Amino acid sequence: MNYSKPKFKEKYGNFINGKFEAPDDGEYFDNHSPIDNMLLAKYPRSKESVVKKAIEAANNAKDAWGKTSVGERSAILMKIADVIEANLNEFAQMETADNGKAIRETVNADVPLAVDHFRYFASVIRAEEGSATELNENTVSLIIREPLGVVAQIIPWNFPLLMLAWKVAPALASGNCVVLKPAEQTPASATFLAERIGDLLPPGVFNVIHGFGPEAGKPLASSGKVDKVAFTGETTTGQLIMQYASKNLNPVTMELGGKSPNVFFSSIMDHDDDFLDKCIEGAVLFAFNQGEVCTAPSRLLIQEDIYDAFIEKVIARTEAIKMGDPFDMNTMMGAQASNDQHEKILSYIEIGKEEGAEVLTGGGAKKLDGDLSNGFYIQPTILKGHNKMRVFQEEIFGPVLAVCTFKDEAEAIEIANDTLYGLGAGVWTRDAHQLYQIPRAIKAGRVWVNCYHDYPAHAPFGGYKKSGFGRENHLMMLNHYRQTKNMLISYDKKKLGFF
Amino acid sequence: MEFNRVEITEEAEEIVEQLKQQHGELIFHQSGGCCDGSSPMLLPKEDFYIDDNDIWLGEVAGIPFYMSHDQFEYWKHTHLTVDLTNGRGASFSLEIPLGKRFIIRSRLLKEEELAYLNKKA
Repeated sequence: MNYSKPKFKEKYGNFINGKFEAPDDGEYFDNHSPIDNMLLAKYPRSKESVVKKAIEAANNAKDAWGKTSVGERSAILMKIADVIEANLNEFAQMETADNGKAIRETVNADVPLAVDHFRYFASVIRAEEGSATELNENTVSLIIREPLGVVAQIIPWNFPLLMLAWKVAPALASGNCVVLKPAEQTPASATFLAERIGDLLPPGVFNVIHGFGPEAGKPLASSGKVDKVAFTGETTTGQLIMQYASKNLNPVTMELGGKSPNVFFSSIMDHDDDFLDKCIEGAVLFAFNQGEVCTAPSRLLIQEDIYDAFIEKVIARTEAIKMGDPFDMNTMMGAQASNDQHEKILSYIEIGKEEGAEVLTGGGAKKLDGDLSNGFYIQPTILKGHNKMRVFQEEIFGPVLAVCTFKDEAEAIEIANDTLYGLGAGVWTRDAHQLYQIPRAIKAGRVWVNCYHDYPAHAPFGGYKKSGFGRENHLMMLNHYRQTKNMLISYDKKKLGFF
Repeated sequence: MEFNRVEITEEAEEIVEQLKQQHGELIFHQSGGCCDGSSPMLLPKEDFYIDDNDIWLGEVAGIPFYMSHDQFEYWKHTHLTVDLTNGRGASFSLEIPLGKRFIIRSRLLKEEELAYLNKKA
């Protein structure tokens, strides 16, 4: 199949109460593609009044939706999955046009994972049970889960449809109504989804509003009429959202990124086999999604006795990364999501050089030809240095790998944990003891062992330390979107005897 | 000779001045983490809770610039300049509706700068 930029309408509305609506003040913002900086479409620049309307619609829908049977909700989520699957190529093209990532990733990862995610939550809710405990012969404690009501969700631009699925599927499955604000860089797939699934859900259950953080995100996150806020993004906005939630005594879940270590022990080089080949790819996965992944393995730690031999292979594989038209199935790495990200990444490469990091490959912007010359491309870059450098400590969110060596297990663990964050990590070894002990010693919510960047449903995902809290991608997320109702029932006819 | 840890470009200062007119007292807080992180956020002063966990790095465009203490431990050897670029961030920073984004340009602090700043602290 040949992929290309899909056709967009001139402008889109917010999806509120089951209908698309133009913004009430008529203001829109332009959404450009990072591939060539060309206009894709206009989306509403919503303000507080629109946000309130969406929250009201969700509140009006929550009682009836919260009472639907799990069978009914499951069937609807299954249908949503079917619709996304039936439109897989359209979603993939839209995602590539909007975010800039390579079509090979949207076709094979973003969209199929989103489909599976809806199916997973449709399935697990059918098999759930509450509990009944006989506390003594006359007293029974029943635990029943109830939806929170209305959930505000603010999602990022790096996997627009997949992050939507991670947040929306468990929230709907557990019986909540949702007001979703997609990132303003990537409003396309959420809108396309609302167009396709709008009639599957009762009006008000799923609402999508577009706009800027300070104008639309803030009134959504600070509203006293929402019951929970879920956010993926950076730490300052994370703190702000928690402050707003604290005023309403609302629960929050936060996913705030990381600076994930990817640790390679000597034994990987014991044989020249398929596993070594997998290890090389595992190190080069820093370039997956142009490095715009919260768990990007952006710190490469190599045991010193194999450093020269292994890094040579990693550099060769990195230099074989094919850049070009993101709609070409052979293109491995596409455009960064926006000009400001592009600038930020370049500024980090500069401070890395100034701090004395050695550029092993890459080290600057990538110029492509034709229309693509206006897009935002960066060469996959490897910088050698030490863990105290800023390029080892800050999330660059680009295809920039910082590499250092370690002597032994103790030093590997020390470097791996010398970071403010704790979202992901990778451990690669043929040693059976290291396979268990090193992952246990790394303070991160997800440690990939002899693999990386795998995100199957039913493997919980979330952070330690400043990477946030909450565990998405797993049925335990359902309880982050629910209350616990305890019915404590007495079958004793006798009074207590106090009065 | 006096030195500082943080400065601002003229272009960025103009936008701060413009937003002061609109929003009143403002602060910068340096963000970390995912997506739009690792960039400075311009916020209404009363919105963002600052305490001993934050370090005051200096004033730019007449407003304070803060960073969390633990983040500063990894940044303290570098000098920062708040600059401006075209683009669209997805945070709550106030310049975003203008199609502009503040970014940080960094350089290493020189020995005499470090000596001065450490003595002052």
